[in-house]
Amino acid sequence: MYGIGILRGLAITIKHFIETYLDDLRWLGRRYYNPEALQVRQGPKARGVFTVQYPEERLTIPEEFRFIPFLIYDELEDGTKHDRCTSCGICAKVCPPQCIWIVRSDDPVTGRPIPEPVEFYIDVDICMNCGLCSEYCPFEAIRMDHDFELASYDRFAENIYNKAKLSKPASYYASVRPLNYAIDEAAIAEKQAKKAARGGLKVPEVQVDQ
Amino acid sequence: MTEQTAGPTEQTARELDPLEQAFPGILNRDERAGYSGYLVPPAKLLEFATRLRNELGYEYLSSLTAVDYFPDPKMEVVYHAYQIEGGTGFVFKTQVPREDPVVPSLVEVYPGAEFQEREAWDLFGIRFAGHPDLRRILMWEGFEGHPMRKDWREGYYEEEVKPFKNRWPDGGVYRIEDKVPFHMNVKYPPEFSPEGWVPEGDAALYAGMGRIDSNGDGQGIKTDQIIVNLGPQHPSTHGVFRMVVTLDGETVSDLKPVMGYLHRNHEQIGERNTFLMNMPYTDRLDYISSMGNNFGYALTVEKLMGIEPPERTQYIRVIMAELTRIVNHLWAIGFLLNDLGAFFTPALYAINERELILDVFEATAGSRMMCNYFRFGGLARDLPPGIPERIRELVFERLPGRIDELDAYLSENEIVRSRCIGVGVLPPEKAIAYSTAGPVLRASGVPYDVRRAEPYGIYDRFNFDVAVRYGGDVYDRYLIRVDEMKQSLRILQQAIDQLPEGPIQTGKAQYQVRVPAGEAYGRVENPKGELGFYVISNGKPNPWRYHIRAPSFINLTALGEMCKGYKVADVVAILGSIDIVLGEVDR
Repeated sequence: MYGIGILRGLAITIKHFIETYLDDLRWLGRRYYNPEALQVRQGPKARGVFTVQYPEERLTIPEEFRFIPFLIYDELEDGTKHDRCTSCGICAKVCPPQCIWIVRSDDPVTGRPIPEPVEFYIDVDICMNCGLCSEYCPFEAIRMDHDFELASYDRFAENIYNKAKLSKPASYYASVRPLNYAIDEAAIAEKQAKKAARGGLKVPEVQVDQ
Repeated sequence: MTEQTAGPTEQTARELDPLEQAFPGILNRDERAGYSGYLVPPAKLLEFATRLRNELGYEYLSSLTAVDYFPDPKMEVVYHAYQIEGGTGFVFKTQVPREDPVVPSLVEVYPGAEFQEREAWDLFGIRFAGHPDLRRILMWEGFEGHPMRKDWREGYYEEEVKPFKNRWPDGGVYRIEDKVPFHMNVKYPPEFSPEGWVPEGDAALYAGMGRIDSNGDGQGIKTDQIIVNLGPQHPSTHGVFRMVVTLDGETVSDLKPVMGYLHRNHEQIGERNTFLMNMPYTDRLDYISSMGNNFGYALTVEKLMGIEPPERTQYIRVIMAELTRIVNHLWAIGFLLNDLGAFFTPALYAINERELILDVFEATAGSRMMCNYFRFGGLARDLPPGIPERIRELVFERLPGRIDELDAYLSENEIVRSRCIGVGVLPPEKAIAYSTAGPVLRASGVPYDVRRAEPYGIYDRFNFDVAVRYGGDVYDRYLIRVDEMKQSLRILQQAIDQLPEGPIQTGKAQYQVRVPAGEAYGRVENPKGELGFYVISNGKPNPWRYHIRAPSFINLTALGEMCKGYKVADVVAILGSIDIVLGEVDR
């Protein structure tokens, strides 16, 4: 009979429609604004509508999510900040849209490069969030952020981030990417152990352009 | 670059191989280091191509592209042809002088060459003698120069290749738009005035449209044909895309697609980039299936480098590529139904499932759509904890039922059937001739799937059927996507069961890979069809040539043929059934 296919289709639409209400009952009205319910609603067992009430509700961001890079500094015991970045320039070289600009300075006495950048710029209008800088950084210094709400009132000067705006403490890194932080800490500890074995606590040398 | 022109002295110096003996004076083996295939003199090209198709059975012209060897005064056109039964391809090339490059057109032998030749004309300035409609295809008509030539420079030109020298260590940050303000970034032909310019392109386009003598016999009512432009701003075109249609009443008598609105000279950007930098750019081709694009590019460069990824990586790659296929087909089906007028209910049911797969991509690769996950000889990172279990849950429990539900929801629906069955029929011989690929080709009854025809990665280890349908209409192009999703689930179920432990990277992950000189053509069965990358390295950190055989671009060659004789409302459905993404069409 003509129309059976349409009726079967409509039955599926009604099923989807009712499922949302059944799910509402299951959560006793706590289907929304409830992190626990959100997990289920967004998971493989989800039923009914799957929309998220942004910004009151937010999707959980997985650890590997990547957005605009940031620079990590260590907070030393005496309260000073120490940039992990040595301005070796690998991130600037690997960056596909070439949006990283680094100013390196030389020590006026020895004439050798100072292993901390004077300035570090990322043009976030150009950054394509590919994560290659963080992947190939040999000093665990540049990592991808989770903060994706970048709206601003000026789309020119404000969107070129400088070192002050890019720098974030290692504790922030540990809070957004705990697993990666643990891996990095292990790598840093290993490097320090190697250095100690070689004798002497030399400041890491700046890698010279190949 | 080491260059050898196969002159008569070299020919006598070495032994001729069987093919050269069979085509004396026509075929000369390409003996440059790292190159393969044969050189054909331009004068013999048409004759050779005809014999290649008729006598040797290479019916399917996969890719046609050009290479500029500047400062050498020559250009080369490269053809990759395949037999429809499967197997490795046949590569032939023809060389022409750079000042006056004229190559005979192969459109009459391989109609699928039509758009690719127009592209080579547009971007390289190679004229194809005998081409029926040799106009620019991606650039606008008033454009100055041919942008893929090595001596052409873009408005925002900084340096020949990346990385640019001024980024480090002095870092005087600037925005290129401040150095090259808005009106300075375009070059016009001499004596060109943008204000007084009237585009000639449209007149030429309309003049080339086929018209029917509707009232030749003096019977019936005399009707005028009208030209209608569908798009470029039209919701049914899935982006900025224009179809010029001549209508006889409601019936389409001819149709020509107009594209290039999203053209960004991707290939030239790719030639400025280093090999690794291209990886995130490939995401932005067919942005619905970025993992598949990554796969194709990684395979091609691995071919050049002569490396193989480790076992675990091979499995993860297959898992990601097949999840991508499901993502893409869900999207394609959802939006095909949108085009048919079932506004967004089916699309949202499909997107619901797609979101669950994108969650997996986000947790693994770091981004939902711009995955940038593959590396040469490996992957960016291993699967994070919990993700294999999540994939298992999806492919064993969630998706099979949902795909069946979508099938039950739509396939028997009378409106869908009456809008789709018998509409936009593309017979198999035409599907092959027009070089269509993927679901479009297979829905026309040609069981050609690169995963089987020339297996790459570890696809030869899995049990799956090549989905094929025989009607060649919109309905079969819809059904084949449902079939393919079911086959993808079969592959996924096997792959996730067999997923081994182990390293994910061959050698050390490097940002500056050494790629030996040579050429490679790598192709994968992307959800939209055969995605090919043709890469030439000259041993430097940047590719000399980086070409993409874009499936949705080449599938459009057959669009006019599919639409002729159908109603104007069917055009929308037919376009939806090809499943194009403008990021890939326009590159």
